[in-house]
Amino acid sequence: MDSELIVQILFAAVKTGTPLLFIALGEVICEKSGVLNLGQEGMMLMGAVVGFLAAYGTGSAGLGVLSAMLMGCVMSLIFAVLVLHLGANQVATGLALTIFGTGLSAFIGSGVVGQTIQGFQPIAIPLLSDIPFIGKILFSHDILVYASFAMTFVLMFVVNKTRIGLTLKAVGENPHAANAIGIKVLRVRYLAVMFGGMMAGISGAYMSLVYTPMWVENMTAGRGWIALALVVFASWRVGRIMLGAYLFGLASIMHLVLQGLGWSISPNLLAMLPYVATVVVMVIISADKFKEKLLAPRSLGKTFDPRQMA
Amino acid sequence: MIRIQARTEPSSIMKLVSPILAIALTLIFGCILFSAIGKSPAQALHVLLIAPLADSYNIGEMFVKMGPLLLCAVGLSLCYRANMWNIGAEGQLLAGALGGSAMALYFIDSESALALPITLLAGMVSGMLWSAIPTFLKLRFNSNLILTTIMFNYIALYLLIWAVHGPLRDPQGFGFPESAMFADSTLLPTLFESSRIHLGIVFAIISAFIAWFILSKSHLGFQIRVFGADEPAARYAGFSSKKLSWFVMLFAGALAGLAGISETTGPIGQLVPNVSPGYGYSAIIVAYLGRLHPLGAIIAAMFMAVLYMGGDLAQIEMGIPVAVVSMFQGVLLFFLLACDFFINNRLAFSNQATN
Repeated sequence: MDSELIVQILFAAVKTGTPLLFIALGEVICEKSGVLNLGQEGMMLMGAVVGFLAAYGTGSAGLGVLSAMLMGCVMSLIFAVLVLHLGANQVATGLALTIFGTGLSAFIGSGVVGQTIQGFQPIAIPLLSDIPFIGKILFSHDILVYASFAMTFVLMFVVNKTRIGLTLKAVGENPHAANAIGIKVLRVRYLAVMFGGMMAGISGAYMSLVYTPMWVENMTAGRGWIALALVVFASWRVGRIMLGAYLFGLASIMHLVLQGLGWSISPNLLAMLPYVATVVVMVIISADKFKEKLLAPRSLGKTFDPRQMA
Repeated sequence: MIRIQARTEPSSIMKLVSPILAIALTLIFGCILFSAIGKSPAQALHVLLIAPLADSYNIGEMFVKMGPLLLCAVGLSLCYRANMWNIGAEGQLLAGALGGSAMALYFIDSESALALPITLLAGMVSGMLWSAIPTFLKLRFNSNLILTTIMFNYIALYLLIWAVHGPLRDPQGFGFPESAMFADSTLLPTLFESSRIHLGIVFAIISAFIAWFILSKSHLGFQIRVFGADEPAARYAGFSSKKLSWFVMLFAGALAGLAGISETTGPIGQLVPNVSPGYGYSAIIVAYLGRLHPLGAIIAAMFMAVLYMGGDLAQIEMGIPVAVVSMFQGVLLFFLLACDFFINNRLAFSNQATN
């Protein structure tokens, strides 16, 4: 395999990993506050369709991304009200959000299936893109990829170095103690869930505005679920999510690589690879029961009712 | 002044009223949505609720759709009772269809009376196998059951697509990704002339009663209920969570597998790529709507089947995308979860402002 091919593969891995990076960054913040939102796939699909419709209607991909972010927030609000205010089971509510988003996105997008638009164009960053290997792999992408880099570093800083990050972790680890020292637990969780929705929206917009760029029913193909596994893989650490997203990106283009190498395996069998890889990774990561208990936010998935004492 | 007050005890009446209320609210939502896109709400209600039950053919079709929904939902009800978050009914259904159909194709020239029972059994075993892997991974390696079962749904789908493009494709099928039509000896008998209702619905209703019997009359069911209600208490009592987990997951896998093979040996008659329009996912909602009670699932599955029929009719008669069904399902579950809030809380009316 020559180096040109390797560069192309890694370039594609970054591009394929970007939607996973966006959505997993949103989910990790949400989970750090103690809320497990299984509605990622639904929010992502809604982001994809609304982003596409807005870009198709206005001709502006930027407006598409903004609309997708807004849509993601609205979707996550439905979840937040049910889970945070009405104390509904987080697993069931998240599933409902995914089922709802899958149906609604197919419903409102039925008119534009197969249409194409002008998505974001790649922008090579001056100087940086001239670095051998790295320049082509990391700095010859579209603006959303750069936004995902920036977002990763901002979140690493906010979570690890600021008071906001501390508050977020306090709420996720022990909401009752956080409540006792005057932190508005539900408010923090609302914001965290909505941030997750916004990121899922961008992630969907990346699929429909850059990656394909078109709208097809169910086009996210389980990426919302893979992102949830990615958060476990990264042990709830922001920096590792970036690494994980690109590894999963690589796994999901492996079939192209293998075909390129002339392996004659059925494309339908190769299409299973990302899902099989996810299972394998989950098994390896979770096998150490003690470690996982230590890493996962302690109140993850549990309802917090301010009226009750711990 | 209206305020929300926690109930001292969960309301058992509200537990039953909540699904009915949720269905009513979903229908209201449907009417609003249909008016918003310029269709008459009355026509919408007619198409969604009344037309599916208007003639005997449609009622028959309703039972055809109800079968797989009920089979999957009964298994899921037991899983969720035992806190096993199995989202994999869809994959288990597809695995059942795949494994069972391979057996049916083996019997393609056979007239043996055993061909059908063995085919059905193969479907159930395939479904069990497909639920056994995530169960093993959870119990042995502590992996997240929700995520592994979801991944196994996708893996089953691609496996099935691969099979109908490859080893199980009909050699005389002009290259279409479909298996050969099954022999009569492996087809489920229909119950009535002029209708497609087949034995599958009978299996489903029997399975609901078996599950009800296990849950409410057996010691195993008692353990499952204790586990769902109070896990620490169940552990203290020395109940084995491993044994219960295996039981509910294999039971659910077998029923979902039976649903899959009943589809291919029933109304379809061959293995095709789109065996299921998401029955395994809808069954999650059916299980909740039926209050995780196997007999409640019968009524809930019937309603869900009507909704599926309504979606089909809305597409044919009003040109509305069939995706509307899955949207309504999501909305229904939202409303149900919201209404369930009032199982543990109530509205208190008083003249005094609260402090």
